[in-house]
Amino acid sequence: MSVDEKTVRRIAHLARIAVTDEEVPHLQGELNAILDFVEQLREVDVEGVEPMTSVMPMVMKKRQDAVTDGGYPEKIVANAPMSEDNFFVVPKVVE
Amino acid sequence: MTDLTDLSLAEAREGLKARRFSATELTRAHLEAMEKARALNAYVLETPERALAMAAESDKRIAAGEARPLEGIPLGVKDLFATEGVRTTACSAILDDFRPPYESTVTSQLWRDGAVMLGKLNNDEFAMGSSNETSVFGPVVNPWRRKGSDAKLVPGGSSGGSAAAVAARLCLGATATDTGGSIRQPAAFTGTVGIKPTYGRCSRWGIVAFASSLDQAGPIARTVRDSAILLRSMAGHDPKDTTSVDLPVPDYEAAVTRGVKGLKIGIPKEYRLDGMPAEIEALWQKGAEWLKAAGAEIVEVSLPHTKYALPAYYIVAPAEASSNLARYDGVRYGLRVPGKDIVEMYEKTRAAGFGREVKRRIMIGTYVLSAGYYDAYYLRAQKVRTLIKRDFEHVYASGVDAILAPATPSSAFGLGEKANASPVEMYLNDVFTVTVNMAGLPGIAVPAGLDSQGLPLGLQLIGRPFDEETLFAAGQVIEDAAGRMVLPEAWWA
Repeated sequence: MSVDEKTVRRIAHLARIAVTDEEVPHLQGELNAILDFVEQLREVDVEGVEPMTSVMPMVMKKRQDAVTDGGYPEKIVANAPMSEDNFFVVPKVVE
Repeated sequence: MTDLTDLSLAEAREGLKARRFSATELTRAHLEAMEKARALNAYVLETPERALAMAAESDKRIAAGEARPLEGIPLGVKDLFATEGVRTTACSAILDDFRPPYESTVTSQLWRDGAVMLGKLNNDEFAMGSSNETSVFGPVVNPWRRKGSDAKLVPGGSSGGSAAAVAARLCLGATATDTGGSIRQPAAFTGTVGIKPTYGRCSRWGIVAFASSLDQAGPIARTVRDSAILLRSMAGHDPKDTTSVDLPVPDYEAAVTRGVKGLKIGIPKEYRLDGMPAEIEALWQKGAEWLKAAGAEIVEVSLPHTKYALPAYYIVAPAEASSNLARYDGVRYGLRVPGKDIVEMYEKTRAAGFGREVKRRIMIGTYVLSAGYYDAYYLRAQKVRTLIKRDFEHVYASGVDAILAPATPSSAFGLGEKANASPVEMYLNDVFTVTVNMAGLPGIAVPAGLDSQGLPLGLQLIGRPFDEETLFAAGQVIEDAAGRMVLPEAWWA
């Protein structure tokens, strides 16, 4: 499988990365080189093979659904590019 | 007195205990060496004040007879580990001046045990790279040079700053992380020892995530013993990481002198690649002979799905990365580039903040996870991963204790040498290391000799799950046979 320019732009948008017109052909070439490389996986017979979901077999650990941490909003927003009254500030989302 | 920076970690520990020098003297010696070595670009942030404060505390503890296991040992920290109040960037512009309000579990355990933080070490942006050339802070220079040449070489990556700093004696050991070979490949390129423990051995909490099912932290150090000492402090169960395993951490240092008598060491025939340099092949052979001479039995083994590990990795790792890196959106931390609406703000922020390699991997990951392609790519790759793991399980079930392989397909290459290569060519650096991440196994790279250009080459030992001890034991046999690496003269100072 290979990607065309339109697909590159669609992927970039899905990934929320702005791309310029000059970047698209480069990205297309690079992405296709990688897709070509992974193409060889098609020759592997995976019939009846379970996909790996847990690297080391272990039971998922669970804990009580209780508050164990928190109470310091000023720490949470300390690194925000823009904040107000311990809220993150973003451009208007709803008109 | 010999230069304090020439000591191994174990020797420094003895010297501190015997009061031959103080933790402050040891720390100062390293801070001075770091200052002179800035041309190597190994550190992206030096923290001398914190280092001296920690060393002073260590001196107090030593005087009071209350020394902890790593008391007064100066270490460097890969910039992928969150360090409380100290800038942590993953060497990406998108994290800008991020100062974590928390400490990673692994580093907090090192400080708990008395270690001293010298600063933050360079790495490939978000650990995506094999040459440390994708860092926003610029490339790291390998302290090793080819015989009779002053051409700059890469230290490998992604933990290039960690490996270079350890080889150049700018710390006694360093933290590192390994997703596809990022501890073992730079260790091999710099004549240092690096171990990627079993998936789940070290907590991933507070480490900038790249590919969560592959990432593991581990140490880089100058000797097998030093790496064993460090791993003991770094490892352990952490309730904050559900994939960290609840098993006791063995005394790894005790395993170092255990030897390999009676062990069965496998040589995987599929690792004998077409076009592999004769020097690598010869070194591999020599490694097998060393282990045999020390009492191990050498057997040929087969890992039939080896060739599919790298392509499967380049689906799984980018897929997980695209999801992990979605958090960098200009809202909660790091860089923000304004836009006319929120989507444009995201797109401009991410376009400006991520480097080329990172964008490429996010886009591949986004593509393979997108509607209609998930089964063909991601699901198939995870099935192949099951087969890769099964290969290892069969070999270990037949009584093999560890597997011996080369660490890298070549020695260190020149800075910028692969700038025009296709991304896939750079990815081939990880051909011997990536299988281990795919199967979650432990792997250690140990320096085993020099090539004809005078550059270090490493051998890799791959172990059973949670059996890092055998790797330390066998690694020590290789280190003893090869002789301790004579580090390069400080041409940079």
